Amino acid sequence: MPLGLNSLKKSIWVYHVACSPCNNCDIEILDLLTPRFDVERFGIVLVGSVRHADALLVTGMVNRQIKPRLQQLYLQAAKPCVVFAIGSCAVNGNFFRRSYNMAGPVDRVIKEVDPNAIIVYVPGCPPKPESMISGVVKAIGFLDNLKAKKK
Amino acid sequence: MAIFYYLIFPGFLFTVIVGLLTAWFDRKVTARVQWRKGPPILQNFYDVGKLLIKEVPIPETANKTIFLLAPAIALAAATLSASMLGVINMNWNYTFVGDLIVLWYIMSIPSIMIVVGASASGNPMSSVGASREMNQLIGYELPLVIAISTVVFKVGSLGLGDILAYQANNGPILYSISGVISCIVILICLQAKLGLVPFDIPEAETELGAGAFMEYSGAALGAFKLTKAILLYTSPIFIITLFWGGIQIKGLGILWAILKYILFIALFTLIRNTNPRLRIDQSVRFFWVTMTILAIIALILMSLGY
Repeated sequence: MPLGLNSLKKSIWVYHVACSPCNNCDIEILDLLTPRFDVERFGIVLVGSVRHADALLVTGMVNRQIKPRLQQLYLQAAKPCVVFAIGSCAVNGNFFRRSYNMAGPVDRVIKEVDPNAIIVYVPGCPPKPESMISGVVKAIGFLDNLKAKKK
Repeated sequence: MAIFYYLIFPGFLFTVIVGLLTAWFDRKVTARVQWRKGPPILQNFYDVGKLLIKEVPIPETANKTIFLLAPAIALAAATLSASMLGVINMNWNYTFVGDLIVLWYIMSIPSIMIVVGASASGNPMSSVGASREMNQLIGYELPLVIAISTVVFKVGSLGLGDILAYQANNGPILYSISGVISCIVILICLQAKLGLVPFDIPEAETELGAGAFMEYSGAALGAFKLTKAILLYTSPIFIITLFWGGIQIKGLGILWAILKYILFIALFTLIRNTNPRLRIDQSVRFFWVTMTILAIIALILMSLGY
């Protein structure tokens, strides 16, 4: 049986966290899971519980109310866990960046609780499913680096 | 020798490999039904291999011992049922009085352990899942035991070896009207025991998150996945042993056995892909009314000699 990070690369279970999005990114994520793109080919499956997740798909601008929830969700997930910031709002705040209730882009919010968190940025408004797949490929490359470091 | 049986050949190693391949077959057929390409053949091995290196966080509200013990007991019980069936199919003389009842009890331990583990986790979603699993268990055990008793009365013995010997002499029990009806009843009851789609009410991803498995992660979740895979292997073998003359592991018998096995797995998968999820009350009513009446009809037909 292929063990460890090798099999993690081939079986990524994703959990969808909607942090006050406008739903465009969410619709694109659902597109990604439909038969047209069929990410189950790569072992990517949407799971219902954050405890099962290997990757959090975070969409939307993180406001003050959702910030503690997002941090708690990240702490509840079983490590190793990758965070995907999907869409321009999650990456840098987009045009909400000067908004009064903006609590910071996803990377800053996550790094408050875990400075070593692995964060993958998928910009776009909304990003295409293809660019999300390319984000996953880059995350897998990062896991390869992690393995090389361990050796 | 007993340890070899339990850990290697009809037991743990063999059933895990066959069970995970069967689970892949199930996912692949599902994908083809939905016009997708589907996962690669080793996908379920990757899933379990990955779960083994994940962290196992234990919730603050959980009872730690029971929470971690439940998946281990479930896995051990599933393995025991698989190795019992395998050994008896290899040699009919290994039967003992009432081993059918023992097997039936052992096969229901994983469901009970899901209830216990989910209740110990202290998550509200999990406890809803646990209560649904318990309701479902109470629902499907009644028609299951009536359908099994059809076979027992026909053979006149509670030993699995005697059932196999009877079928070798008089032809499989499936080749009669009562046999077909009770086989269908057992097939649907085992569908519920496996938690496949029309009866996946305890997991119910879209309403309960992951239901009973919500708080599990890492190796503990992996143990439950392996339990499900082993039960997916055990259920068709159980039906074949009771109704279709068991499995012979010599000569052309192997090919015939694989065909029977694939037929039942395909039936499970097709039922899973063509039905929407039931509500828990619909499910219990279905088992207590429709399935129980069918099972009793089969029992009456059997006593009339059909």
